[in-house]
Amino acid sequence: MDAFLKVEDLSRVYRGMRGEPLVVFDQVHFSVRKGEFVCIVGHSGCGKSTILNILAGLDEATSGVVVMDGREVSGPSLDRGVVFQSHALMPWLSAEKNVAFGVRSRWPDWSRQKLAAHCRKYLDLVGLTGSEHMKPAELSGGMKQRVGIARAFAIEPKMLLLDEPFGALDALTRGLIQDELKRICAATHQTVFMITHDVDEAILLSDRIMLMSNGPRARIAEIVQNTLPENRARDTIHKDPRYYPIRNHLVDFLVTRSKRFNAEPPPDYDPRYPPIISPGVSANPETQRGDQPFAREERVFNLHS
Amino acid sequence: MTKSSAYRAALLSLAIFGLFLLVWHLATLPVDNTIGGDSEYAKLMGGGDTTASGLPTPLQMGETIWRHLSNPFYDNGANVKGIGIQLAYSIARVLLGFALAALLAIPLGFLIGMSPLIYRALDPFIQVLKPISPLAWMPLALYTIKDSTTSSIFVIFVCSLWPMLLNTVHGVASVRRDWLNVAKTLEASVLRKAFLVILPAAAPTILTGMRISMGIAWLVIVAAEMLVGGTGIGYFVWNEWNNLSLTNVIFAILTIGVVGMLLDLVFGWLSRLVAYQE
Repeated sequence: MDAFLKVEDLSRVYRGMRGEPLVVFDQVHFSVRKGEFVCIVGHSGCGKSTILNILAGLDEATSGVVVMDGREVSGPSLDRGVVFQSHALMPWLSAEKNVAFGVRSRWPDWSRQKLAAHCRKYLDLVGLTGSEHMKPAELSGGMKQRVGIARAFAIEPKMLLLDEPFGALDALTRGLIQDELKRICAATHQTVFMITHDVDEAILLSDRIMLMSNGPRARIAEIVQNTLPENRARDTIHKDPRYYPIRNHLVDFLVTRSKRFNAEPPPDYDPRYPPIISPGVSANPETQRGDQPFAREERVFNLHS
Repeated sequence: MTKSSAYRAALLSLAIFGLFLLVWHLATLPVDNTIGGDSEYAKLMGGGDTTASGLPTPLQMGETIWRHLSNPFYDNGANVKGIGIQLAYSIARVLLGFALAALLAIPLGFLIGMSPLIYRALDPFIQVLKPISPLAWMPLALYTIKDSTTSSIFVIFVCSLWPMLLNTVHGVASVRRDWLNVAKTLEASVLRKAFLVILPAAAPTILTGMRISMGIAWLVIVAAEMLVGGTGIGYFVWNEWNNLSLTNVIFAILTIGVVGMLLDLVFGWLSRLVAYQE
Protein backbone atom coordinates (compact mmCIF):
# COMPACT_ATOMS: atom_id res chain seq x y z
CA MET A 1 0.00 0.00 0.00
CA ASP A 2 1.37 3.37 -0.96
CA ALA A 3 1.91 6.08 1.57
CA PHE A 4 -0.01 9.30 0.85
CA LEU A 5 2.27 11.35 3.07
CA LYS A 6 5.86 10.33 3.55
CA VAL A 7 8.21 11.99 6.01
CA GLU A 8 11.85 11.01 5.81
CA ASP A 9 14.73 11.84 8.12
CA LEU A 10 13.15 15.06 9.31
CA SER A 11 15.11 17.15 11.81
CA ARG A 12 14.92 20.62 13.25
CA VAL A 13 17.87 22.40 14.81
CA TYR A 14 17.61 25.76 16.57
CA ARG A 15 20.50 28.00 17.47
CA GLY A 16 20.89 28.48 21.22
CA MET A 17 21.83 31.69 23.01
CA ARG A 18 25.55 31.17 22.44
CA GLY A 19 25.03 29.83 18.93
CA GLU A 20 25.22 26.21 20.01
CA PRO A 21 22.92 23.91 18.05
CA LEU A 22 19.82 22.62 19.86
CA VAL A 23 18.36 19.57 18.15
CA VAL A 24 14.65 19.48 18.88
CA PHE A 25 14.06 16.26 16.97
CA ASP A 26 15.95 14.29 14.37
CA GLN A 27 15.63 11.12 12.31
CA VAL A 28 11.88 11.37 12.24
CA HIS A 29 10.40 8.95 9.72
CA PHE A 30 6.74 8.14 9.28
CA SER A 31 4.06 7.88 6.70
CA VAL A 32 0.31 8.27 6.54
CA ARG A 33 -2.02 6.43 4.19
CA LYS A 34 -4.88 8.00 2.32
CA GLY A 35 -7.95 8.23 4.51
CA GLU A 36 -6.02 7.42 7.65
CA PHE A 37 -6.34 9.31 10.94
CA VAL A 38 -2.98 9.55 12.68
CA CYS A 39 -2.30 11.12 16.04
CA ILE A 40 1.03 12.17 17.44
CA VAL A 41 1.41 12.12 21.21
CA GLY A 42 4.33 13.36 23.26
CA HIS A 43 5.37 15.77 25.94
CA SER A 44 5.73 19.50 25.39
CA GLY A 45 9.04 20.36 23.78
CA CYS A 46 9.34 17.20 21.69
CA GLY A 47 8.64 19.19 18.55
CA LYS A 48 5.17 17.90 17.64
CA SER A 49 3.96 21.36 16.75
CA THR A 50 7.09 22.02 14.74
CA ILE A 51 6.48 18.82 12.76
CA LEU A 52 2.91 19.93 12.10
CA ASN A 53 4.08 23.39 11.06
CA ILE A 54 6.58 21.83 8.67
CA LEU A 55 3.80 19.68 7.19
CA ALA A 56 1.66 22.84 6.90
CA GLY A 57 4.52 24.67 5.19
CA LEU A 58 4.71 27.32 7.90
CA ASP A 59 8.10 26.19 9.18
CA GLU A 60 11.12 24.68 7.51
CA ALA A 61 12.93 21.52 8.47
CA THR A 62 16.68 21.63 8.97
CA SER A 63 16.97 18.41 7.04
CA GLY A 64 14.73 15.77 5.60
CA VAL A 65 11.87 15.71 3.14
CA VAL A 66 8.11 15.66 3.27
CA VAL A 67 6.35 14.22 0.26
CA MET A 68 2.60 14.43 -0.07
CA ASP A 69 0.77 12.77 -2.92
CA GLY A 70 4.01 12.39 -4.88
CA ARG A 71 5.03 16.05 -4.48
CA GLU A 72 7.55 17.52 -2.11
CA VAL A 73 6.01 19.88 0.43
CA SER A 74 7.56 23.34 0.30
CA GLY A 75 5.53 26.23 1.64
CA PRO A 76 1.86 26.39 2.52
CA SER A 77 -0.80 25.08 0.20
CA LEU A 78 -4.56 24.77 0.00
CA ASP A 79 -3.98 21.02 -0.26
CA ARG A 80 -3.38 20.99 3.47
CA GLY A 81 -6.02 22.46 5.76
CA VAL A 82 -4.88 23.51 9.21
CA VAL A 83 -6.96 23.80 12.37
CA PHE A 84 -5.06 25.93 14.85
CA GLN A 85 -5.01 25.40 18.58
CA SER A 86 -6.24 28.92 19.23
CA HIS A 87 -8.92 28.71 16.51
CA ALA A 88 -7.27 31.77 14.82
CA LEU A 89 -10.55 33.16 13.52
CA MET A 90 -10.47 36.72 12.30
CA PRO A 91 -12.58 38.62 14.82
CA TRP A 92 -13.79 41.25 12.36
CA LEU A 93 -15.38 38.64 10.08
CA SER A 94 -18.56 36.67 10.69
CA ALA A 95 -18.40 32.88 10.93
CA GLU A 96 -19.44 32.57 7.30
CA LYS A 97 -16.91 35.15 6.08
CA ASN A 98 -14.15 33.39 7.98
CA VAL A 99 -14.97 30.19 6.12
CA ALA A 100 -15.38 32.12 2.87
CA PHE A 101 -11.87 33.56 3.16
CA GLY A 102 -10.31 30.22 2.32
CA VAL A 103 -13.01 29.14 -0.12
CA ARG A 104 -12.43 32.32 -2.12
CA SER A 105 -8.72 31.48 -2.35
CA ARG A 106 -9.48 27.95 -3.49
CA TRP A 107 -12.09 28.82 -6.09
CA PRO A 108 -11.53 32.49 -7.00
CA ASP A 109 -14.01 32.53 -9.88
CA TRP A 110 -17.03 31.20 -7.98
CA SER A 111 -20.10 33.39 -7.87
CA ARG A 112 -21.18 34.99 -4.61
CA GLN A 113 -24.16 32.63 -4.32
CA LYS A 114 -22.10 29.51 -4.94
CA LEU A 115 -19.53 30.66 -2.42
CA ALA A 116 -22.14 31.36 0.25
CA ALA A 117 -23.89 28.02 -0.36
CA HIS A 118 -20.57 26.17 -0.06
CA CYS A 119 -19.74 27.93 3.22
CA ARG A 120 -23.22 27.21 4.60
CA LYS A 121 -22.82 23.55 3.74
CA TYR A 122 -19.70 23.24 5.86
CA LEU A 123 -21.09 25.35 8.70
CA ASP A 124 -24.13 23.05 8.71
CA LEU A 125 -21.79 20.08 8.79
CA VAL A 126 -20.22 21.24 12.06
CA GLY A 127 -23.62 22.08 13.54
CA LEU A 128 -23.50 25.86 13.22
CA THR A 129 -26.69 26.35 11.22
CA GLY A 130 -28.15 29.71 12.19
CA SER A 131 -24.91 31.18 13.54
CA GLU A 132 -23.44 32.11 10.15
CA HIS A 133 -23.60 35.85 10.72
CA MET A 134 -22.23 35.89 14.23
CA LYS A 135 -18.81 37.35 14.93
CA PRO A 136 -16.31 35.12 16.77
CA ALA A 137 -16.71 37.21 19.94
CA GLU A 138 -20.39 36.21 20.02
CA LEU A 139 -19.59 32.50 19.76
CA SER A 140 -18.61 30.15 22.58
CA GLY A 141 -15.16 28.52 22.60
CA GLY A 142 -16.56 25.30 21.17
CA MET A 143 -18.42 27.10 18.41
CA LYS A 144 -15.29 29.05 17.47
CA GLN A 145 -13.35 25.84 17.09
CA ARG A 146 -16.19 24.42 14.99
CA VAL A 147 -15.84 27.40 12.65
CA GLY A 148 -12.10 26.67 12.52
CA ILE A 149 -12.85 23.08 11.56
CA ALA A 150 -15.42 24.16 8.97
CA ARG A 151 -12.88 26.58 7.49
CA ALA A 152 -10.31 23.80 7.14
CA PHE A 153 -12.81 21.32 5.67
CA ALA A 154 -14.42 23.83 3.32
CA ILE A 155 -11.33 24.14 1.13
CA GLU A 156 -11.57 20.34 0.65
CA PRO A 157 -7.90 19.73 1.40
CA LYS A 158 -6.15 16.49 0.60
CA MET A 159 -4.99 16.39 4.17
CA LEU A 160 -6.12 17.94 7.43
CA LEU A 161 -3.62 19.05 10.07
CA LEU A 162 -4.98 19.56 13.58
CA ASP A 163 -2.81 21.19 16.23
CA GLU A 164 -4.39 20.24 19.56
CA PRO A 165 -7.71 21.57 18.36
CA PHE A 166 -9.64 20.80 21.51
CA GLY A 167 -6.99 21.73 24.07
CA ALA A 168 -8.74 24.89 25.21
CA LEU A 169 -12.25 23.41 25.45
CA ASP A 170 -14.12 22.03 28.44
CA ALA A 171 -14.56 18.26 28.61
CA LEU A 172 -18.22 18.21 27.59
CA THR A 173 -17.75 20.41 24.53
CA ARG A 174 -14.60 18.54 23.61
CA GLY A 175 -16.52 15.26 23.60
CA LEU A 176 -19.25 16.63 21.36
CA ILE A 177 -16.83 18.07 18.82
CA GLN A 178 -14.69 14.93 18.84
CA ASP A 179 -17.78 12.94 17.89
CA GLU A 180 -18.54 15.37 15.10
CA LEU A 181 -14.98 15.33 13.82
CA LYS A 182 -15.01 11.53 13.81
CA ARG A 183 -18.28 11.45 11.92
CA ILE A 184 -17.16 13.99 9.31
CA CYS A 185 -13.78 12.34 8.78
CA ALA A 186 -15.41 8.94 8.36
CA ALA A 187 -17.94 10.33 5.89
CA THR A 188 -15.38 12.20 3.80
CA HIS A 189 -12.50 9.69 4.14
CA GLN A 190 -10.34 12.60 5.16
CA THR A 191 -6.65 12.01 5.77
CA VAL A 192 -5.83 13.56 9.14
CA PHE A 193 -2.68 14.28 11.11
CA MET A 194 -3.43 15.47 14.62
CA ILE A 195 -1.48 16.53 17.69
CA THR A 196 -3.03 15.80 21.06
CA HIS A 197 -2.16 15.52 24.72
CA ASP A 198 -5.30 13.57 25.47
CA VAL A 199 -4.79 9.81 25.38
CA ASP A 200 -8.52 9.05 25.23
CA GLU A 201 -8.97 11.45 22.36
CA ALA A 202 -6.18 9.69 20.46
CA ILE A 203 -7.76 6.27 21.03
CA LEU A 204 -11.22 7.44 20.04
CA LEU A 205 -10.21 9.22 16.86
CA SER A 206 -7.09 7.73 15.38
CA ASP A 207 -6.16 4.62 13.47
CA ARG A 208 -2.54 4.84 14.53
CA ILE A 209 -0.90 6.74 17.38
CA MET A 210 2.73 7.82 17.07
CA LEU A 211 4.54 8.17 20.37
CA MET A 212 7.37 10.65 20.56
CA SER A 213 10.17 10.48 23.06
CA ASN A 214 11.08 13.60 25.02
CA GLY A 215 13.24 16.28 23.46
CA PRO A 216 15.92 17.28 22.81
CA ARG A 217 16.65 14.83 20.02
CA ALA A 218 13.10 13.58 20.16
CA ARG A 219 12.15 10.71 17.88
CA ILE A 220 9.19 8.59 17.09
CA ALA A 221 9.68 5.87 19.66
CA GLU A 222 6.88 3.58 18.56
CA ILE A 223 3.69 3.47 16.60
CA VAL A 224 0.63 2.07 18.32
CA GLN A 225 -1.93 0.40 16.13
CA ASN A 226 -5.47 1.10 17.29
CA THR A 227 -7.14 -2.28 17.23
CA LEU A 228 -10.55 -1.08 18.37
CA PRO A 229 -13.37 -1.43 15.82
CA GLU A 230 -14.03 1.41 13.36
CA ASN A 231 -17.44 2.15 14.82
CA ARG A 232 -16.11 2.80 18.33
CA ALA A 233 -18.03 5.44 20.22
CA ARG A 234 -17.25 7.44 23.32
CA ASP A 235 -19.96 5.90 25.49
CA THR A 236 -19.04 2.26 24.79
CA ILE A 237 -15.34 2.41 24.01
CA HIS A 238 -14.19 1.72 27.56
CA LYS A 239 -16.15 -1.56 27.63
CA ASP A 240 -14.04 -3.05 24.86
CA PRO A 241 -11.49 -5.50 26.35
CA ARG A 242 -8.76 -4.00 24.13
CA TYR A 243 -9.35 -0.47 25.35
CA TYR A 244 -7.44 -0.57 28.62
CA PRO A 245 -4.39 -2.39 27.27
CA ILE A 246 -4.03 0.37 24.66
CA ARG A 247 -4.69 3.15 27.13
CA ASN A 248 -2.33 1.69 29.72
CA HIS A 249 0.35 1.30 27.10
CA LEU A 250 0.06 4.96 26.06
CA VAL A 251 -0.06 6.31 29.60
CA ASP A 252 2.84 4.09 30.60
CA PHE A 253 4.87 5.46 27.72
CA LEU A 254 4.08 9.08 28.52
CA VAL A 255 4.66 8.72 32.25
CA THR A 256 7.85 6.67 32.33
CA ARG A 257 9.27 5.41 29.07
CA SER A 258 9.28 8.68 27.08
CA LYS A 259 11.91 10.14 29.44
CA ARG A 260 14.24 7.17 29.31
CA PHE A 261 13.81 6.38 25.66
CA ASN A 262 16.64 8.50 24.24
CA ALA A 263 19.14 7.35 26.87
CA GLU A 264 18.37 3.66 26.55
CA PRO A 265 16.49 2.83 23.37
CA PRO A 266 15.45 -0.79 22.79
CA PRO A 267 18.39 -2.84 21.42
CA ASP A 268 16.96 -3.27 17.93
CA TYR A 269 15.47 0.24 17.63
CA ASP A 270 15.80 1.78 14.19
CA PRO A 271 14.31 5.28 13.84
CA ARG A 272 13.54 4.57 10.19
CA TYR A 273 11.15 1.80 11.19
CA PRO A 274 9.80 2.53 14.66
CA PRO A 275 8.31 -0.61 16.21
CA ILE A 276 4.62 -1.07 15.53
CA ILE A 277 2.71 -2.23 18.55
CA SER A 278 -0.81 -3.54 18.95
CA PRO A 279 -1.59 -3.59 22.65
CA GLY A 280 -4.58 -5.70 23.55
CA VAL A 281 -4.29 -8.12 20.66
CA SER A 282 -2.20 -10.59 22.58
CA ALA A 283 -1.22 -10.73 26.20
CA ASN A 284 2.31 -9.46 25.54
CA PRO A 285 2.53 -6.35 23.47
CA GLU A 286 4.56 -7.14 20.40
CA THR A 287 7.62 -5.06 19.98
CA GLN A 288 9.01 -6.66 16.87
CA ARG A 289 10.33 -4.45 14.17
CA GLY A 290 8.57 -4.46 10.84
CA ASP A 291 10.51 -4.30 7.59
CA GLN A 292 8.35 -1.41 6.54
CA PRO A 293 5.84 0.66 8.42
CA PHE A 294 2.76 -1.12 7.18
CA ALA A 295 4.08 -4.69 7.18
CA ARG A 296 2.63 -5.36 10.60
CA GLU A 297 -0.72 -4.07 9.75
CA GLU A 298 -1.84 -7.16 7.88
CA ARG A 299 -0.76 -9.46 10.66
CA VAL A 300 -2.72 -7.44 13.16
CA PHE A 301 -5.68 -7.73 10.90
CA ASN A 302 -5.23 -11.54 10.65
CA LEU A 303 -4.98 -11.94 14.37
CA HIS A 304 -8.05 -9.88 14.77
CA SER A 305 -10.25 -11.86 12.38
CA MET B 1 -28.95 52.24 37.17
CA THR B 2 -26.67 53.54 34.42
CA LYS B 3 -29.46 55.76 33.18
CA SER B 4 -30.01 57.35 36.57
CA SER B 5 -26.27 57.77 37.14
CA ALA B 6 -25.93 59.45 33.74
CA TYR B 7 -28.80 61.73 34.73
CA ARG B 8 -27.11 62.54 38.03
CA ALA B 9 -23.79 63.23 36.30
CA ALA B 10 -25.53 65.66 33.93
CA LEU B 11 -27.16 67.38 36.88
CA LEU B 12 -23.81 67.70 38.63
CA SER B 13 -22.22 69.11 35.46
CA LEU B 14 -24.96 71.75 35.30
CA ALA B 15 -24.46 72.59 38.97
CA ILE B 16 -20.69 73.02 38.46
CA PHE B 17 -21.37 75.24 35.45
CA GLY B 18 -23.86 77.30 37.47
CA LEU B 19 -21.34 77.72 40.27
CA PHE B 20 -18.69 78.78 37.75
CA LEU B 21 -21.05 81.43 36.30
CA LEU B 22 -21.82 82.70 39.80
CA VAL B 23 -18.14 83.03 40.75
CA TRP B 24 -17.46 84.69 37.41
CA HIS B 25 -20.35 87.10 37.95
CA LEU B 26 -19.18 88.04 41.45
CA ALA B 27 -15.57 88.47 40.32
CA THR B 28 -16.50 90.85 37.53
CA LEU B 29 -19.03 93.09 39.33
CA PRO B 30 -18.57 96.70 38.11
CA VAL B 31 -16.55 99.06 40.34
CA ASP B 32 -16.66 102.81 40.55
CA ASN B 33 -13.80 104.10 38.40
CA THR B 34 -13.79 107.64 39.79
CA ILE B 35 -12.62 106.55 43.26
CA GLY B 36 -9.84 103.98 42.90
CA GLY B 37 -8.89 102.74 39.44
CA ASP B 38 -6.46 104.05 36.90
CA SER B 39 -8.41 106.72 35.10
CA GLU B 40 -6.27 106.63 31.95
CA TYR B 41 -6.78 102.89 31.68
CA ALA B 42 -10.47 103.38 32.33
CA LYS B 43 -10.69 105.77 29.39
CA LEU B 44 -8.89 103.30 27.19
CA MET B 45 -11.33 100.57 28.11
CA GLY B 46 -14.35 102.76 27.51
CA GLY B 47 -15.01 104.26 30.93
CA GLY B 48 -18.07 103.00 32.80
CA ASP B 49 -18.12 99.58 31.14
CA THR B 50 -14.97 98.60 32.98
CA THR B 51 -15.00 95.82 35.55
CA ALA B 52 -12.56 95.32 38.42
CA SER B 53 -10.26 93.02 36.45
CA GLY B 54 -10.92 94.26 32.95
CA LEU B 55 -12.51 90.93 32.11
CA PRO B 56 -16.04 90.72 30.66
CA THR B 57 -19.02 89.77 32.78
CA PRO B 58 -20.98 86.60 31.95
CA LEU B 59 -23.69 88.77 30.41
CA GLN B 60 -21.25 90.62 28.14
CA MET B 61 -19.77 87.27 27.16
CA GLY B 62 -23.24 85.93 26.35
CA GLU B 63 -23.96 88.94 24.14
CA THR B 64 -20.66 88.46 22.28
CA ILE B 65 -21.32 84.76 21.72
CA TRP B 66 -24.80 85.55 20.45
CA ARG B 67 -23.49 88.32 18.16
CA HIS B 68 -20.87 86.00 16.59
CA LEU B 69 -23.11 82.98 16.23
CA SER B 70 -26.07 84.90 14.82
CA ASN B 71 -23.95 86.10 11.89
CA PRO B 72 -20.96 83.82 11.48
CA PHE B 73 -20.29 84.15 7.75
CA TYR B 74 -19.91 87.87 6.96
CA ASP B 75 -16.81 89.04 5.11
CA ASN B 76 -16.11 92.76 5.25
CA GLY B 77 -12.46 92.77 4.22
CA ALA B 78 -9.11 91.63 5.56
CA ASN B 79 -9.59 91.71 9.34
CA VAL B 80 -13.37 91.75 9.48
CA LYS B 81 -14.56 88.23 8.83
CA GLY B 82 -17.20 86.18 10.60
CA ILE B 83 -16.08 83.47 13.01
CA GLY B 84 -17.50 80.82 10.70
CA ILE B 85 -15.20 81.93 7.89
CA GLN B 86 -12.16 82.05 10.18
CA LEU B 87 -12.94 78.54 11.44
CA ALA B 88 -13.50 77.28 7.91
CA TYR B 89 -10.00 78.48 6.93
CA SER B 90 -8.45 76.70 9.92
CA ILE B 91 -10.40 73.48 9.45
CA ALA B 92 -9.60 73.42 5.73
CA ARG B 93 -5.86 73.79 6.44
CA VAL B 94 -5.97 71.10 9.10
CA LEU B 95 -7.90 68.68 6.91
CA LEU B 96 -5.64 69.26 3.93
CA GLY B 97 -2.39 68.85 5.88
CA PHE B 98 -3.85 65.88 7.74
CA ALA B 99 -5.03 64.17 4.55
CA LEU B 100 -1.63 64.60 2.90
CA ALA B 101 0.04 63.16 6.00
CA ALA B 102 -2.36 60.19 6.01
CA LEU B 103 -1.66 59.53 2.33
CA LEU B 104 2.03 59.23 3.11
CA ALA B 105 1.99 57.81 6.66
CA ILE B 106 -0.39 54.90 6.19
CA PRO B 107 1.19 53.26 3.10
CA LEU B 108 4.70 53.98 4.43
CA GLY B 109 3.72 52.62 7.84
CA PHE B 110 2.45 49.46 6.15
CA LEU B 111 5.75 49.02 4.37
CA ILE B 112 7.83 49.65 7.49
CA GLY B 113 5.60 47.44 9.62
CA MET B 114 5.82 44.53 7.20
CA SER B 115 9.56 44.69 6.62
CA PRO B 116 11.96 44.53 9.57
CA LEU B 117 14.76 45.60 7.22
CA ILE B 118 13.06 48.86 6.20
CA TYR B 119 12.07 49.38 9.83
CA ARG B 120 15.68 49.27 10.95
CA ALA B 121 16.86 51.40 8.04
CA LEU B 122 14.33 54.19 8.64
CA ASP B 123 14.21 54.06 12.43
CA PRO B 124 17.12 56.51 13.06
CA PHE B 125 15.57 59.12 10.76
CA ILE B 126 12.18 58.80 12.42
CA GLN B 127 13.72 59.02 15.88
CA VAL B 128 15.45 62.31 14.99
CA LEU B 129 12.57 63.89 13.08
CA LYS B 130 9.80 62.93 15.48
CA PRO B 131 10.72 65.13 18.49
CA ILE B 132 11.08 68.32 16.38
CA SER B 133 8.37 70.85 17.17
CA PRO B 134 6.34 71.26 13.99
CA LEU B 135 6.60 75.05 14.31
CA ALA B 136 10.39 74.83 14.06
CA TRP B 137 9.85 73.93 10.41
CA MET B 138 8.01 77.17 9.76
CA PRO B 139 10.96 79.42 8.73
CA LEU B 140 12.30 76.72 6.44
CA ALA B 141 8.83 76.22 4.98
CA LEU B 142 8.31 79.94 4.44
CA TYR B 143 11.72 80.24 2.79
CA THR B 144 11.27 77.32 0.42
CA ILE B 145 7.51 77.45 -0.24
CA LYS B 146 7.26 81.26 -0.16
CA ASP B 147 3.55 81.08 0.63
CA SER B 148 2.18 81.49 4.14
CA THR B 149 -0.96 79.38 3.69
CA THR B 150 0.92 76.49 2.09
CA SER B 151 3.54 76.75 4.83
CA SER B 152 0.92 76.37 7.55
CA ILE B 153 -0.51 73.35 5.72
CA PHE B 154 3.01 71.94 5.57
CA VAL B 155 3.41 72.40 9.32
CA ILE B 156 0.12 70.55 9.88
CA PHE B 157 1.36 67.81 7.55
CA VAL B 158 4.58 67.42 9.55
CA CYS B 159 2.87 67.31 12.94
CA SER B 160 0.19 64.84 11.78
CA LEU B 161 2.70 62.54 10.16
CA TRP B 162 4.44 60.97 13.16
CA PRO B 163 1.60 59.62 15.30
CA MET B 164 -0.07 58.13 12.22
CA LEU B 165 3.16 56.65 10.91
CA LEU B 166 4.24 55.14 14.22
CA ASN B 167 0.81 53.76 15.02
CA THR B 168 0.48 52.21 11.57
CA VAL B 169 3.91 50.62 11.92
CA HIS B 170 3.02 49.30 15.35
CA GLY B 171 -0.41 48.06 14.24
CA VAL B 172 0.93 46.31 11.16
CA ALA B 173 3.93 44.79 12.93
CA SER B 174 1.84 43.37 15.76
CA VAL B 175 -0.86 41.63 13.73
CA ARG B 176 -1.34 38.27 15.38
CA ARG B 177 0.93 35.55 13.99
CA ASP B 178 -2.08 33.18 13.88
CA TRP B 179 -3.97 35.35 11.42
CA LEU B 180 -0.95 35.65 9.17
CA ASN B 181 -0.50 31.88 9.34
CA VAL B 182 -4.15 31.40 8.38
CA ALA B 183 -3.65 33.70 5.40
CA LYS B 184 -0.51 31.75 4.47
CA THR B 185 -2.06 28.29 4.70
CA LEU B 186 -5.07 29.52 2.74
CA GLU B 187 -2.71 30.83 0.05
CA ALA B 188 -4.08 34.36 0.18
CA SER B 189 -2.38 36.67 -2.34
CA VAL B 190 -0.27 39.58 -1.07
CA LEU B 191 -3.07 42.06 -1.78
CA ARG B 192 -5.74 39.93 -0.11
CA LYS B 193 -3.47 39.49 2.88
CA ALA B 194 -2.78 43.24 3.09
CA PHE B 195 -6.38 44.40 2.66
CA LEU B 196 -8.38 41.58 4.25
CA VAL B 197 -6.11 40.55 7.11
CA ILE B 198 -3.50 43.15 8.02
CA LEU B 199 -5.57 46.28 7.36
CA PRO B 200 -8.62 45.26 9.42
CA ALA B 201 -6.38 43.82 12.14
CA ALA B 202 -4.34 47.03 12.38
CA ALA B 203 -7.24 49.43 11.73
CA PRO B 204 -8.01 50.21 15.40
CA THR B 205 -4.35 51.08 16.06
CA ILE B 206 -4.15 53.15 12.85
CA LEU B 207 -7.34 55.02 13.80
CA THR B 208 -5.89 55.76 17.24
CA GLY B 209 -2.87 57.27 15.50
CA MET B 210 -5.15 59.35 13.26
CA ARG B 211 -7.07 60.57 16.28
CA ILE B 212 -3.88 61.64 18.07
CA SER B 213 -2.65 63.33 14.88
CA MET B 214 -5.89 65.24 14.48
CA GLY B 215 -5.70 66.41 18.09
CA ILE B 216 -2.13 67.65 17.62
CA ALA B 217 -2.96 69.26 14.25
CA TRP B 218 -5.76 71.25 15.87
CA LEU B 219 -3.37 72.42 18.61
CA VAL B 220 -0.70 73.39 16.11
CA ILE B 221 -2.92 75.24 13.61
CA VAL B 222 -3.70 77.96 16.20
CA ALA B 223 -0.01 78.63 16.80
CA ALA B 224 0.81 78.40 13.09
CA GLU B 225 -1.88 80.93 12.17
CA MET B 226 -0.69 83.30 14.88
CA LEU B 227 2.69 83.20 13.16
CA VAL B 228 1.68 83.48 9.52
CA GLY B 229 -1.39 85.69 10.00
CA GLY B 230 -4.03 86.58 7.45
CA THR B 231 -6.91 84.26 8.19
CA GLY B 232 -7.92 81.47 10.51
CA ILE B 233 -8.96 81.11 14.12
CA GLY B 234 -5.36 81.43 15.38
CA TYR B 235 -4.99 84.75 13.58
CA PHE B 236 -8.38 85.82 14.95
CA VAL B 237 -7.16 85.25 18.51
CA TRP B 238 -4.01 87.26 17.92
CA ASN B 239 -5.87 90.02 16.12
CA GLU B 240 -8.42 90.36 18.92
CA TRP B 241 -5.57 90.46 21.46
CA ASN B 242 -4.11 93.36 19.49
CA ASN B 243 -7.55 94.97 19.62
CA LEU B 244 -7.55 94.33 23.37
CA SER B 245 -10.90 92.63 23.01
CA LEU B 246 -10.67 89.99 25.70
CA THR B 247 -14.29 89.06 25.14
CA ASN B 248 -13.53 88.05 21.58
CA VAL B 249 -10.36 86.23 22.69
CA ILE B 250 -12.33 84.20 25.22
CA PHE B 251 -14.99 83.52 22.63
CA ALA B 252 -12.31 82.25 20.22
CA ILE B 253 -10.81 80.04 22.94
CA LEU B 254 -14.23 78.49 23.56
CA THR B 255 -14.74 77.92 19.84
CA ILE B 256 -11.35 76.23 19.50
CA GLY B 257 -12.32 73.89 22.32
CA VAL B 258 -15.69 73.02 20.85
CA VAL B 259 -14.34 72.39 17.34
CA GLY B 260 -11.48 70.28 18.76
CA MET B 261 -14.02 68.21 20.66
CA LEU B 262 -16.16 67.72 17.55
CA LEU B 263 -13.14 66.60 15.50
CA ASP B 264 -12.24 64.14 18.23
CA LEU B 265 -15.83 62.86 18.35
CA VAL B 266 -15.69 62.13 14.61
CA PHE B 267 -12.56 60.02 15.09
CA GLY B 268 -14.05 58.35 18.14
CA TRP B 269 -16.99 57.33 16.01
CA LEU B 270 -14.71 56.09 13.20
CA SER B 271 -12.72 54.05 15.77
CA ARG B 272 -15.87 52.29 16.87
CA LEU B 273 -16.62 51.40 13.24
CA VAL B 274 -13.34 49.50 12.80
CA ALA B 275 -13.10 48.10 16.34
CA TYR B 276 -13.36 44.37 16.82
CA GLN B 277 -13.65 42.25 19.89
CA GLU B 278 -11.38 39.27 20.29
